[in-house]
Amino acid sequence: MASTIRSRKLTKTYGEHTVVDRLDLDIDAGEVFGLLGPNGAGKTTTILMLLGLIEPTKGKIEVLGLDPRWNPIEVKRKVGYLPDAVGFYDPMTGRENLRFTARLNGLDDYEDLIESLLDLVGLGEAGDQPAGEYSRGMKQRLGVADALVKGPSILILDEPTTAIDPEGVVEMLNLIQRLAKEEGVTVLLASHLLHQVQAVCDRVAIFVRGKVVAQGTPHELAAVDKEGNIRVEFRLGGDPSKSRADLESLGTVSDVSPGRAPGSWVANLESGSLAPTVSGLVSKGADVIGVHRLDEDLETIYRRYFEIEEEEEATV
Amino acid sequence: MTTDAEVVAEEVPAPESSRVGGWRAVARKEIADHLLSGRFVVLMGVLGIATAAAVFAASGGIRDVAPNAQGITALFLKLFTVTAEPVPFPLIVFVGFLAPLLGIMFGFDAVSGERSQGTLPRLLSQPIHRDEVILGKFVAGLTVVSIMLTALVLFVSGIGILRLGVVPTPTEISRLAVWLVFAIIYVGFWQALATLSSVLAKRASTSAMIPLGIWLVLTLFGSFIFGAIASVLSPRDGSDAAELAYLQTVQNVSQLSPVTLFQQGSSVLLDPEVRTVGLVTVEQVDRAIVSELNLTQSLAVVWPQIAILVALTAVMFAAAYIAFMRDEVRA
Repeated sequence: MASTIRSRKLTKTYGEHTVVDRLDLDIDAGEVFGLLGPNGAGKTTTILMLLGLIEPTKGKIEVLGLDPRWNPIEVKRKVGYLPDAVGFYDPMTGRENLRFTARLNGLDDYEDLIESLLDLVGLGEAGDQPAGEYSRGMKQRLGVADALVKGPSILILDEPTTAIDPEGVVEMLNLIQRLAKEEGVTVLLASHLLHQVQAVCDRVAIFVRGKVVAQGTPHELAAVDKEGNIRVEFRLGGDPSKSRADLESLGTVSDVSPGRAPGSWVANLESGSLAPTVSGLVSKGADVIGVHRLDEDLETIYRRYFEIEEEEEATV
Repeated sequence: MTTDAEVVAEEVPAPESSRVGGWRAVARKEIADHLLSGRFVVLMGVLGIATAAAVFAASGGIRDVAPNAQGITALFLKLFTVTAEPVPFPLIVFVGFLAPLLGIMFGFDAVSGERSQGTLPRLLSQPIHRDEVILGKFVAGLTVVSIMLTALVLFVSGIGILRLGVVPTPTEISRLAVWLVFAIIYVGFWQALATLSSVLAKRASTSAMIPLGIWLVLTLFGSFIFGAIASVLSPRDGSDAAELAYLQTVQNVSQLSPVTLFQQGSSVLLDPEVRTVGLVTVEQVDRAIVSELNLTQSLAVVWPQIAILVALTAVMFAAAYIAFMRDEVRA
């Protein structure tokens, strides 16, 4: 399947400082892709390069088959963008702000569209209030409506859930998911709040200091640690010390530690060695009661990648 | 039934037409903003009061001397150039004073305002060229300024006709019209300077201070600065020739300042008796016949002033434009 957003060795440096470092992205049509990383990781810079608002230092970008460097207007015609800390013209109403965006996009007949977008983001009632009176969350939602005015095939959302209340976050995420599933919009979501967005992302890239350190579905990422091992919990019957010895005698297993229940052991397994390990246990006569693969949430992984980064920093 | 042309227009989103329309959408919004803004209302109020005071004083002064005066022509234009108690300045000085403020007011937050409101990334992610943002804002500011200055001139003319009972001649009307355009270009210079400052300064308050500072320095210390520059370029040694050369240099240097250009241009355009803006020696005016210039001749006298002012405005706008094109979008 053709990627809607593709970058190869995309690099942006400011003087000595490399903000985005040889980034390879492939985002498929219709998926929700999460670009997750701490503040200052280079997420916004990447987005602005995709929109043609910042010139890359090196590398290639393609957005819907167009190069944003040479065709920024065409790209911006098809890509809706919700900036981080989005702002509106305060004296103008929400509706007037959207009208202005519609005119900038060369639309002529936009009143119905704006009405339906305001309803979609739950601002039907507040549409005629000045945007200056909106709460942070309302502005964020108006920002989504604003990004949708042009009828985009790609939606880029920069920190869409920051600074809004938990209920608002849930609504926002539902909205994003609905847009992707019902409208077929490709969504690129940049956020530092993993636990909030991991649920809606089809795939994520963990982005630290300008580099993607891991990429895949949340499930894939959660199941594999930095050495490519998986964590598995074994519940074994019989004598605990014997079963532990059985487990440790297998070459595919390392780092065995007691699990939550008596007779259960947590161990690291090389990726793909689960079946041989279980059959090895059985052949040693162990009483295998249960095998459970431990998935971590992204938060844990995320923190782990941070730690690696910090260690590397310390050794440099 | 739809024609083929209409069908095509519907199916193909016309990139060219919306490209052309981008700056218009910006200008349209900006004009609406300006007209509804508090600063416009306040400015119009201040302008109205100050103008009314000045024109009443001037027309009063003209009425006092008119019965005794013989052969005063272009009486109507005197409304703009005469000083009379209790208002300490003629209208053209007032406009010369006000024009930079107008330009700065409508330019200083052009980009810095977008930045501080957080609307800049959203605006630039729309399918318009960056230059359309600057152009739209510039056109919008100048449009509003033109409305204000035109209203001011019409207001003065109205009061003048009522108070003096003199109707402007066609020549006077054309002089006023040319002067109005000249004044709008002058405002344009300050607006372009303020726009440049709004691109460079990160905050609206800083961006207002830069052009205001330049304006104050040029207005208050202009003659001192030009004198200092001229005395370096053309040192005085006490001889008449050196003195003349020095004064000529002062004159030339000061013509790089838009403030001087506007003063000189205004005085020639609104007063047919002014025949030169340069140095005049006693020998030159000795036995000269007092006569009036027609508009074409006046224009010939101030052609350099007009050309330099237009050039300065264009350079300033280009600088603002280039600075904005190179500006980082990052907040």
